[in-house]
Amino acid sequence: MQLHKITIAGGLALALSFSAAFAGSSKPAVSFGTPTTEADIAAWDIDIQTATGKGLPSGSGSVAEGKALFEMQCVSCHGVDAAGGPQYGSMVGGKRPLTGGGYPYAPILFDYIRRAMPMNAPQSLSNDEVYALTAYIYALNEFIPQDAVLDAGSLASIQMPVHVRDGFIVDDRPDTAATRCMEDC
Amino acid sequence: MTEKQILQPISRSSPEKYSEGMAREEGALKTTTRRSFLTGAASAVAAATVASTTGAVASPLEVQPSSKSMGRTTVPQGYGMPSKYEGHVTRNRTDVYVNKQNYSDWSMTPIQHQHGIVTPNGLIFERHHAGIPDIDPDTHELVIHGMVRQPMRYTMDNLMRYPSISRFHFMECSGNGLTDWLAVKSKTVQQTHGLLSCSQFTGVPVSWLLDEVGLESGAKWLLFEGADGSAHARSIPLDKALDDVMLVFASGGEMLRPENGYPLRAFIPGWEGNTSVKWLRRIKVSDQPWHLRSETARYTDPMPEGKFRQFSMEMECKSVITNPSGGMQMQGPGLYELQGFAWSGNGTIKAVDITTDGGRTWRTADLEGPVLNKCLTRFRYRWNWDGGPAKIASRAVDSTGYVQPTVAELAANRRIAGFVQHHNGIFPWAIDTNGEVRNAIA
Repeated sequence: MQLHKITIAGGLALALSFSAAFAGSSKPAVSFGTPTTEADIAAWDIDIQTATGKGLPSGSGSVAEGKALFEMQCVSCHGVDAAGGPQYGSMVGGKRPLTGGGYPYAPILFDYIRRAMPMNAPQSLSNDEVYALTAYIYALNEFIPQDAVLDAGSLASIQMPVHVRDGFIVDDRPDTAATRCMEDC
Repeated sequence: MTEKQILQPISRSSPEKYSEGMAREEGALKTTTRRSFLTGAASAVAAATVASTTGAVASPLEVQPSSKSMGRTTVPQGYGMPSKYEGHVTRNRTDVYVNKQNYSDWSMTPIQHQHGIVTPNGLIFERHHAGIPDIDPDTHELVIHGMVRQPMRYTMDNLMRYPSISRFHFMECSGNGLTDWLAVKSKTVQQTHGLLSCSQFTGVPVSWLLDEVGLESGAKWLLFEGADGSAHARSIPLDKALDDVMLVFASGGEMLRPENGYPLRAFIPGWEGNTSVKWLRRIKVSDQPWHLRSETARYTDPMPEGKFRQFSMEMECKSVITNPSGGMQMQGPGLYELQGFAWSGNGTIKAVDITTDGGRTWRTADLEGPVLNKCLTRFRYRWNWDGGPAKIASRAVDSTGYVQPTVAELAANRRIAGFVQHHNGIFPWAIDTNGEVRNAIA
């Protein structure tokens, strides 16, 4: 792998081998960053590897807790029972529930709520609250029972509908082979 | 009289003569005055030429008011703004969709008014997911962590202390053309193609910083995450990051505008705009992509049999005629220079062909340098309009040999329904006998 092709720059520091895009501008043998630790940046470290659930935090929440929270914080945009409201459409039912191409992995919803919801106060919910809201929305879609409690393990183990889970293809473009016809096209 | 002089007034008058919507009333009366004192003698020569062909008599010139008065003073300090007569050149929200809120929304670049390849900073298109934050550069930090030997934090002062690199590149939203595949929805090229801008971006190669933190064996993907209220994030393959990805703090010679990611954004040349994460606060290194909502429910392409194409990042070769374009009015039969832009996320533009007969016959346009990698390229084609109905379009070819397809060719492999992305089809404008120019996608 090109990444590990180590060269000696200026006889002083180790450097990667860089691409032609920046030819003529070699990496200077300097470092202006400040070393840090994962502990120091924990508050920013909110991403979930949604296919595996890696990164899901401790905590838990129930469908009932989620319903109560939804009615306080979410109904004004998403409507009662997430059936659609003044701002956004239904999050329940449909061929690919929860919009667009859908959610092939259950932790996607947790990741999204935690980073972006509620829209007027993002990153204000506790992990327990995010688990609870995720549980409520998934229960409305009958992916989990009404008495379910979600935590890292149980959320990652939810199997989304197979046509959604297997509903993606890798980028196979170019998918056209147009020709440059000039006359009588 | 050369044809160049006849062309000049056509080109120069385009913002007013071809303007759409509200500007027309405001600009119409002022056009004459403005042009007469801006162009002076050249305009007089051209006007005489026009007069001789139309039989009209030119009125004698009077000394302009601007020549008989003092202008505005030089202020001690300030930021220059466009002429008050250019108020119609604005970034506009979509007039096809009516978004119920304007935090997760977008606005389009008036590319019909863009001269040259660089988009003015105040006109670079916008797409936000939770509004525009105003971030203090003195408190902003970038973190790089995950599968690295040493996690690092960088202040803006830290980042701007590195030697910097500047590159000209286009940026296009995956949804550019979203509304106009099979039926006419938009009137102007701003609405059909204005999720497109181009600038000179300045920053630091991300590979320099990845070298500093030291990648662990097995590292293959990077998460780029913003500091806005959506914490918008995308998974970027390491190979691309090491190739040509930059962390940029400036465009068009000045610090980024707040709406374009101030004080720091990723810049991923040739890829759909949302991958160039704005207000960048964090890069995490991993061996897997994240499959976030922005990579499954959104920014995926509907395909046949209910499938969705994922991680379709490159913006493929595309072009469009911007002058004349939808909503403009031709000024009678005669010589016109068809102008437009071509671009490719996979390389440089090799050729642009023009049709004026709805696609039966094509002729090669002139490319105007510089022709740069993953950058807007200007094309020009001189055309004698006979006053009859015409359908004009452009077709670009890039350095990979890829030829811009028709919508029909795209539709043969994709499902044209819902939130269709990556529309790079050939886009026609119809001109009727009255000289009206209309969207002719269907």
